[in-house]
Amino acid sequence: MKRSHIIGIGIIALAIGIIISSAGDASMYVSFKEARELASEGKTSKVHVVGRLKKDAQGHIVGMEYNPVLDPNYFSFVLVDTLRNEQRVVYFQPKPQDFERSEQVVIMGNMQKDSFVADKILLKCPSKYVEKEIKQTASL
Amino acid sequence: MINTFIGDLGHASVIVAFVAAIVAALAYFMAAKGKPLGDTDLNWRNLGRGAFYVHTIAVLSIIFSLFNIIYNHRYEYYYAWSHSSNYLPTHFMISCFWEGQEGSFLLWIFWHTLLGLTIIWFNKKWEAPTMAVFAFVQLFLTSMILGVVIGDLKIGSSPFILLRDFMTDAPVFKLNPNFIPKDGTGLNPLLQNYWMVIHPPTLFLGFAITLVPFAFAIAGLWKREYIAWIKPALPWNLFGGLVLGVGIMMGAYWAYETLNFGGYWNWDPVENAVYIPWLVLIAGLHTMVIYKRSKHALRTTFVLIVTTFLLVLYATFLTRSGILGNASVHSFTDLGLSGQLFAYLAAFVVLAIVLLVRHWSAIPATEKELTTYNSEFWVFIGVAVLCLGAFQVLVTTSIPVYNSFLGFIGIKSNMALPADQIAHYTKFQLWMGVSIAVLSGLAQLLWWQKNDKSKVMNALAVPLILTFLFVSLVYMLGKIELIPKINSVSYFVLLFVSVFAIFANLSMVLTLVRRKVNLSGGGIAHIGIALMLFGILFSSGYSNIISKNTSGLLYSRDFPEDINRDNVLLFRNEKVQMGPYDVAYRGRYFEVKDFPEYVNKQLLFQLPDEHQALVRADIKYQDKVYFKTGDTVNIYPENTYYQVEFKNRETGKAFTLYPRAQVNPEMGFIASPAIKMFSNKDIYTHVRVAADDKEKQWSELKEQDLAIGDTLFLNDYFAVLKAIEPTRDVKGIELGANDVAVQADFIISGEDKDYHAHPVFVIKDNLVGRIPDEIEDLGLRLTFLNIDTKNNKFKVGVNTTQKDYVILAAIEKPFINILWIGTIIMSIGMGMAIFKRYKETKTVTNPDAGSSKKRAVRNKQMA
Repeated sequence: MKRSHIIGIGIIALAIGIIISSAGDASMYVSFKEARELASEGKTSKVHVVGRLKKDAQGHIVGMEYNPVLDPNYFSFVLVDTLRNEQRVVYFQPKPQDFERSEQVVIMGNMQKDSFVADKILLKCPSKYVEKEIKQTASL
Repeated sequence: MINTFIGDLGHASVIVAFVAAIVAALAYFMAAKGKPLGDTDLNWRNLGRGAFYVHTIAVLSIIFSLFNIIYNHRYEYYYAWSHSSNYLPTHFMISCFWEGQEGSFLLWIFWHTLLGLTIIWFNKKWEAPTMAVFAFVQLFLTSMILGVVIGDLKIGSSPFILLRDFMTDAPVFKLNPNFIPKDGTGLNPLLQNYWMVIHPPTLFLGFAITLVPFAFAIAGLWKREYIAWIKPALPWNLFGGLVLGVGIMMGAYWAYETLNFGGYWNWDPVENAVYIPWLVLIAGLHTMVIYKRSKHALRTTFVLIVTTFLLVLYATFLTRSGILGNASVHSFTDLGLSGQLFAYLAAFVVLAIVLLVRHWSAIPATEKELTTYNSEFWVFIGVAVLCLGAFQVLVTTSIPVYNSFLGFIGIKSNMALPADQIAHYTKFQLWMGVSIAVLSGLAQLLWWQKNDKSKVMNALAVPLILTFLFVSLVYMLGKIELIPKINSVSYFVLLFVSVFAIFANLSMVLTLVRRKVNLSGGGIAHIGIALMLFGILFSSGYSNIISKNTSGLLYSRDFPEDINRDNVLLFRNEKVQMGPYDVAYRGRYFEVKDFPEYVNKQLLFQLPDEHQALVRADIKYQDKVYFKTGDTVNIYPENTYYQVEFKNRETGKAFTLYPRAQVNPEMGFIASPAIKMFSNKDIYTHVRVAADDKEKQWSELKEQDLAIGDTLFLNDYFAVLKAIEPTRDVKGIELGANDVAVQADFIISGEDKDYHAHPVFVIKDNLVGRIPDEIEDLGLRLTFLNIDTKNNKFKVGVNTTQKDYVILAAIEKPFINILWIGTIIMSIGMGMAIFKRYKETKTVTNPDAGSSKKRAVRNKQMA
C-alpha cells in the first residue's frame, strides 16, 4: 500500500472519530420531565430547556428571587417549559438585567436535587425580534 | 418633506447593477467560450468589460445614495430610521451603513467590483473566464438587495424602502402619509466601537478576496489550464489569508473590548463561520506552495481553493438565513431570503463539483512518493490537520442545520449545540494547535535543508535545547508563582510545542538573514502563529477570576459548595478586597463632548434635552479649565461609565477603570468591559448589574427645623447648616427682577470626604419653588422647605435611599499581549510572502524552470 493511501485512510478514520465524538458532546432540547428522569438515572449531562416565566393571572412574574445585597451570585426563578411542566431554576450568577421582559428563555444545565441548575441563560426579548414601533411623540 | 429622489436613484442603481452583472456574465462567458486561454473574442469581451464598468458605477451610486440617506438623517427611509439616530458621530454612521444585512451585502459587492477591476487591468490573459465567474457572483449578490416582489416571490431586500411602505399598518401614516420621525432608533450599542468601523470592511474584503483564487481555479478547469492558474492565484490567496486572518482577530479584539462574555473568542457559530474557511484557505495556500516546489498535491489544491469559497458562501447562509436564531447571540435577523441564499450556495456547489468531476482525471498528478525526510510530506500532514480542524468546527456548528433539514423531511430532531461549547471545541482544537506547532517547526527546518538525516538532526538540535531551557524557565517561574503554573499535561504539551515552533522558525529565519538568502515570510508568519498559540494558552487556560465573593457571608442556599461565586457587589465608596487589590466603586460618569476625560455625573445637571447638561463646578483637565460653572455642555447620555478604583495593597500602585453600560430601550442593559493592560497580563472588568437609577426608592420626607450652625443627623452621616445665602444662578430657571432665591449651604461628612449640598428655595412670580439637592454618594436628598423669619429657623426636608451599587466581575488574563503581538507578526510574515510571490508572477521566464534553478542556487548556498 502506498503511503498516501495510508494517510488517506488515517484522515477518514479521524474524520469519523470527530463526527462520533461531536455527536456525543451534542446536547439536547428536553422538557423538565425528561431532565428529571435523566437526573434520576444518574446522568449528569447538560441539557437545554426552552420555556417561559411563570406568571399569575395579572401577568406578573411569580417566584422570582434575587437580592443582590444579600448575595449577588444567586438568582432563582420558576420556568414553565413548552409542555407546561413547572420547575424552579437556580442560576449562580447575577440576574440578567432584562430578564423580566423576555418572551422566551432557553436555559442550559441539569437537575441537581430539586432544582435545575442553569449554567447559561439565553433570552429572547420581544423587542429584538418583533418590528420596532414608531414613537408617536415624535412630531404629532 | 419626503425626499423620494435619493431612494429612487438608489433603487434604480440597484436594478442597473443587477442587469449589468447579467450582461457582463453572459458577455464574458461568450468571450471565453470554446477558445483557449488568452484567445478571447474581442467583441464579446468589450461588451463584458463595458457592462462591468457600468456595474461598478451603479454600485458606487447605490453606496452614495444609501450613505446620503444615513448621513442626512432621512428617517423617511426605513434603513436610516432603524439603524441611525441624530446624535450619532460620523464614524459610527459608517457603522450604521453595514449594520443591516443589505448594507453588508453592499460592502461585499463593492469589494468584488474593485477586485474585478484589478483583474481586468492586470490579468488580461485571464480576464474573460475569471470575470465571467466574477460577474456571475455579482449577479447573485446584487439580487440580494434588489427588493422586487413578483407574486409571492420576494427577490432581495431593498435598503431604499420608505418607512411608510415598510410599516403599512402604523396608524401614523393613516393620519399623515408624509410623516417623518424626528429621530432614528439608533445603532446597536455593541457596535458603537471603533473596531466595528473597520472590522466589517476588513472581513468582507477577506471574503471578497477568496473569490479571486476561486475564479482562477474555475477558469483553470474550464480552459484546461490546470497548472498556469496557480501562479496568479497564489499571491491572491495569501492576501486573502492575511486580510481574513486580520479581520477575524479584529473581531476577536472587538469582542474582548466590547462584549461582556469575558473573552475574545466564544466559539459562537458566527465566529466559527469565518474561522472554518480561513483554516481551509491556509491549507490551500500550503498545497499551492507544495505544488510549486515538487508538483505534488495539485488536485488537493483545486479542491481546497474551491472549498474555501464555498465555505464562505456557507458562512453567509448560516449567519443570514436565520437558521442559527436559537443558537447564536449575534447572527443577523432573518430577512426572508433564506431560499435565495440557499439557491446561491447550491448553484456554486453544483457548478464547482460538476467542473471538478469532469476534469478530475485530466488534472496532472505525480506518482512520486514522498519520504519522511521530505519537508513536503510534513507540510502535507499539516494541511490534513488544518482540514480536520476545520471539519470538526463545521460538524458541530452545523447542528442547527441538521435540525432544520431533518424537520424539513419530517423527522423531529431535538439536537442542540454542546452545553459547554468552549470545552467541546478546545478538546479538538487544542490538539490541532499542538500538531500545527510541531509541524510548522519541523517542516520549516526541513524545507530549507537537504533531505538527509544528519543535517536535519543538526538543525533540530539548537531549537530543541533552547525549548527545553525556556520551558524549564517558564515552569520555574510558575513554581515561584510569578506567572501561572502549568498544571495540566495537555497545556504543558502545548507550551512545549509552541515554544519549539517559535525557536525552530526563528533559527531558520536568522540563518536565512545571515546568508542573505531570500527572507522567509513563511518562517515569520509561523513564529506569529506560535506566539498566538502561546498567548491563547495562558490568557484562556489560566484566566483567573479575581472578583470572587470573599465577603465571608454564609447563605443557607441550595448547593453552594462547588459553585464559583464570581461577582462582587460594590457599594459606592466602600472598599472591597479583590485578589491583590482594594477596589472601590466611586460613582457614575458621563462622556462630555470636547473633554478628554469622563466627568462625574454629580457635576452635571441634566437639562430637558438629555443630550445637554449644566455644569455645576469648573471642569478641569491637567490644570486647564475646559468648562466653567453654569456652562452648558453636550453629553452622551446613553452611556454611563462606572468609575472603579483599584489599589494594589502590596505595591500601593493604583489605577482607575471605567466599565461602561448602556441601558438601551431595545436591548436592555448592555455592559462593555474596561481593560487595564500590564506588560504580562490584562485586568478585564465589567459591570454585571447596576442599581437602577429610575427605580430608586426614597424614604418618606423627614422635616427638621434648623438654625445656622445646627447639626443634622442623617443615617450614618451628620450635616451642619453653614449658611443661608442669596443666589442668582438657579439651574434651569430664569430669575426676574422681583424674584428671590436663597440656598442653604450644608457640609456633610462622608466616609472619605466632605460634601456640600445646596438645596434652593425660590420665589418666582409670587410662587414658591424648591429645588432639592441630591448627594448620590451618600444616598441623600435635602430639600429647603420653608423660611421661618420670626424665629430665624429654616425648615429642611430629608429623604434617604438605598446606596448606589454595582456588581462587578474582574478577570486576569495573563500574557494576552503575546496573542496580539503574534497576530501582528503573522501579518508581517504573510505580507512578506505576498511580496515575494507577487514578484515571482512578474518573472517572464518559464515559471517551473525559474523556480527550480533558484532552488538549486539556494540549496548550494545552504550547503
